[in-house]
Amino acid sequence: MKASLYRFPAWPGTVALLVVGYGVIPIVGNSYLFEAILTPFLALSLAAVGLNLLTGYAGQVSLGSAAFMAVGAYAAYNFNLRVHGLPLLATFVLAGLVATALGIVFGLPSLRLRGFYLAVSTLAAQFFVQWALTKFSWFSNNNPSGVIDAPSLRILGLSFDSSIGRYLFALTIVVVLTLLAWRLVNTQIGHNFIAVRDNELAARVIGVPVLRTKLLAFAISSFIVSVAGVLWAFAYLRTVEPAGFNLDRSFQIVFIIIIGGLASIRGAFFGAALLVVFPLILSRVGSFLLGDRFDSGVLDMSQRIVLGLLIIFFLIAEPDGLAALWDRLKRRLLSTPNNL
Amino acid sequence: MKLIPTLRRRLALSAAVAITISLTAFHSRAADQQFFPLQSYRVGPYAAGGTGFFGGFIDYLNLINLRDGGVNGVKLTWEEGETQYEVERGVEVYERLKNHPGIAAWNPLSVGIAYAMIDRITQDKTPLITINHGRTDSTDGRVFPYVFPLLLNPYSETSAIINYIGTKLGGLDHLKGKKLVVLYHGSPYGKETIPIYELLAQKYGFTVQQLEVPHPGNEQESQWLTIRRAKPEYVVLRGWGVMNPVAIKTAQKVGFPADHIVGNVWSNSEEDVIPAGDAAKGYVAITTQASGAQYPVLQEIVKKVYGAGKGNLEDKNRIGSVYHNLGIVNGILNVEAVRTAQEKFGHRTLTGDEVRWGFEHLNLDPARVEALGAKNLFHSINVTWDNHEGDGYVTFQQWDGKKWNVVSDWIAPDWALLRPIIEKSATAYATEHNIQLRTAADAERVETKPYVANK
Repeated sequence: MKASLYRFPAWPGTVALLVVGYGVIPIVGNSYLFEAILTPFLALSLAAVGLNLLTGYAGQVSLGSAAFMAVGAYAAYNFNLRVHGLPLLATFVLAGLVATALGIVFGLPSLRLRGFYLAVSTLAAQFFVQWALTKFSWFSNNNPSGVIDAPSLRILGLSFDSSIGRYLFALTIVVVLTLLAWRLVNTQIGHNFIAVRDNELAARVIGVPVLRTKLLAFAISSFIVSVAGVLWAFAYLRTVEPAGFNLDRSFQIVFIIIIGGLASIRGAFFGAALLVVFPLILSRVGSFLLGDRFDSGVLDMSQRIVLGLLIIFFLIAEPDGLAALWDRLKRRLLSTPNNL
Repeated sequence: MKLIPTLRRRLALSAAVAITISLTAFHSRAADQQFFPLQSYRVGPYAAGGTGFFGGFIDYLNLINLRDGGVNGVKLTWEEGETQYEVERGVEVYERLKNHPGIAAWNPLSVGIAYAMIDRITQDKTPLITINHGRTDSTDGRVFPYVFPLLLNPYSETSAIINYIGTKLGGLDHLKGKKLVVLYHGSPYGKETIPIYELLAQKYGFTVQQLEVPHPGNEQESQWLTIRRAKPEYVVLRGWGVMNPVAIKTAQKVGFPADHIVGNVWSNSEEDVIPAGDAAKGYVAITTQASGAQYPVLQEIVKKVYGAGKGNLEDKNRIGSVYHNLGIVNGILNVEAVRTAQEKFGHRTLTGDEVRWGFEHLNLDPARVEALGAKNLFHSINVTWDNHEGDGYVTFQQWDGKKWNVVSDWIAPDWALLRPIIEKSATAYATEHNIQLRTAADAERVETKPYVANK
């Protein structure tokens, strides 16, 4: 009991993670780790942080995250293409603002709809954005196949185009936005989010501006998700087609926050690790051990089965997600000495 | 007490074993090998194309190893990574395999993945082969030194299809005033030909309506109702995977005759027509390689590769099918490019850039094709430093309900008409990306140091 009363401060863990992220990984990692594992992991983690603000904290279910990622990617591409001399980071911010505006528009139904009904209405964003990007070739600079190439990553003459540069670039943006999100949930606005989620009527009674809070949640979430989309396109794939941001991607992000833990910033990273990094590890282990006997199709199918079983196992072990599982583990480990 | 020395001895022993193993592994690697990284797809909506194509490719590489002991003694090796035709998985497999020593060329068989790789492989100086598909303007080797849309780029395919329809109508001048519909797959691959159909429509005076079918394409009622209303002379099917049989079946449902549908080069396989059953009888499609297992090279594959139990296709009935034969032709082109480069640089493991040089001097005339046992399987190819397509010929085949029958000669697309359009698009790309146009002299400068990825 005593152990649970004592709360470890969060900052040493955060600092340790930053030291590992900036100090250790760049030295020990190779280009595969940076380009194929960490960069997509960071981009999807950031998208999950964004969605978690909206769904986990403010309780508004959205199935349109991939659409906002697409808006970010295409907006940044177009700002970069059409406004000469615009710094790269400015295109990121402008892309985020475009997505914010769109997020508010598609957040309007949340004023009347809740739960599943709201989820279905956010599907409109998903389909509308994909349709618009395919229909109007202006968005992809009239490229016949609708695929855009990302510009090179340069800030103040400094190039981030190497593997390690792409990783550090993505890491920095993710760290900054995650810290902002983390601060946000501990402010009055964050508390308002939770109040709206837990009981809208009670929130209204104690004076929380429910409508504004909901729209704010959509706005902030869209901003973060769209920047994740820019990272996905510019830092990871270096090319984008609208089909890359389809409903599957939206679901993937929803699953990340459910498995990682709703209303938890850490959960977004845990979930992304399980859904993005783990299948890759599984695939490599699988092809290393059994690659000679089975073809890649059989291996791929068996990986899906293993991953599915693991997800079921984790959710039974801890329905509140990996973040809660981690907390429980940590508590148990830390409390052992006191029990002796 | 005794535990520790034993442990130490064991550790020493296992370390020695590990070192020996890794040394032998290193040694065997040091023997000359040429590696093909395969971004294959054997599951997902396009598995039929993936298993056939990569099956044929691997079968041919196996044939070269089993029959000839490799290319001039250089063994061919490969490793597969599953992509499911998804771009991010393709990129992951690329990152996984790009540091493998002795990479000859990449063959992703996906436009989306190919697009994502253009920057990367240009940096690595390793060829990227997009046989029968890919980015049309990558035909221009001045701008895209490492990308090869071998045999048939999408514009050539379009031109050949229009020529075929023209002949059917009684000559190209009979196209005037006629109406065509193009039903295309909603993907980068499907959209690639939109502008060229518009252009040819203007040139020949026919009208064209282009309808998109969203990926994967198992629902096409509304598109075919539109076609029924439009009453076109011909429908061009620019499909892929499950979209094709669904299109043919839906056409029958709305009463559009199958022999007035012309399939493009990715709508021409057995897997596209057999599921459609009787509805596919009379359906015509373009191809760069004939189907059937009667060609000597296929007979050898059946005897030496499948006979040794090393065949890649699970279903032996698919030997000689369109995708399998395309994989074999792709194998021939890759292997011959390596052979061409070996004649210049020596019989050893080549760098990616040396293989690029090999592709840029890949000249297989009909006599050489016959010597390779592939006469009538495909016609010929002549790739140069600035023409990365290599002037492939096409033929048309008609499905009779059981097999494909060739219904035309080997036809040349209208290259002279297309070249200026391709050059315009390629130079626009070069300007946008600050690329200096390559010259013939640049193409002769070859990187002979193996590629090492930096961080």
